[in-house]
Amino acid sequence: MTHAAYVFAAYGISALVIAAVGIWILIDQASRKRELKELEQRGIRRRSERREPGKTDSGGKRTGK
Amino acid sequence: MGSGMTDATPQASTLSGRLTALANPTRFLALADRLVPWLGATALVVVAGGLYLAFAAPEDYQQGITVRIMYIHVPFAWLAMFCYSLMAAAALGTLVWKHPLADVALKSAAPIGAAFTALALLTGSIWGKPMWGTWWVWDARLTSVFVLFLMYLGIIALTRAMDDPGRSARAAAILTLVGFINIPIIKFSVDWWNTLHQPASVFRLDGPTIHTSLLWPLLICALGFTLLFLTLHLMAMRAEIWRRRVIAMRRLSARAAERAAR
Repeated sequence: MTHAAYVFAAYGISALVIAAVGIWILIDQASRKRELKELEQRGIRRRSERREPGKTDSGGKRTGK
Repeated sequence: MGSGMTDATPQASTLSGRLTALANPTRFLALADRLVPWLGATALVVVAGGLYLAFAAPEDYQQGITVRIMYIHVPFAWLAMFCYSLMAAAALGTLVWKHPLADVALKSAAPIGAAFTALALLTGSIWGKPMWGTWWVWDARLTSVFVLFLMYLGIIALTRAMDDPGRSARAAAILTLVGFINIPIIKFSVDWWNTLHQPASVFRLDGPTIHTSLLWPLLICALGFTLLFLTLHLMAMRAEIWRRRVIAMRRLSARAAERAAR
């Protein structure tokens, strides 16, 4: 192997691994998002959202933004 | 949610106040949604710029063209240790402050850190073959980084072994903190032992020993890959928060169905 081939191999493997990690995280995000949507469509709300619809679970006492 | 109730008077101006505000996952998600596109775009631009400069920089007079591998090997090795240090800080967040996002941060960082550690080992090995004449030696630096890789694998297994994240959080935090002893060992291994791996040439008390024509591209590459890591980590944390919400909502619906059946 020429020395350039070693450089090419190092960059190739790195691009592959980083792309794989990125794609894996994107797929994970997309599937979790879909599951959340499905649950919401079935009318299931998180406890904090049921108590005060439209508000976050900060309890309403929070003043600072 | 319990800790979300305790900060009725958040001091948003102080660091602890800001961290407490971020303890609210909904706020964190809103922040992540805003940050990820910009951070990701900046990361890609900086990495591209750094690699362009790296290939425009002169070749090393001894290493020749293989010095190009250093522009990715060094950032990957730095990220391997940076990611673990971040996880150790998150472990403290779990054990001391019971920060609800600390375990999310630890769990979601582990696979990314493992990937960068594997890449540091692989790119180092590919550089070692033409330069050292061997793919691998069991010297102190290489061995301690290999141990770091195994630590990552152990933490990944532990954080995914139990269905209830609340139960694995403490164990994972303790394991991460115990393993943190390895980080200074990696850093100083080249000084404490006689290694084939070269000693530090960037972060030294007497300043870098690399010529500026090679140092600048290296630092820009390191910055770019760090931004890329932070982007991936934010995305993975977001997915993990959603996963925990799905689990909580399924549990609620199962309980409701149980009550209805009675």
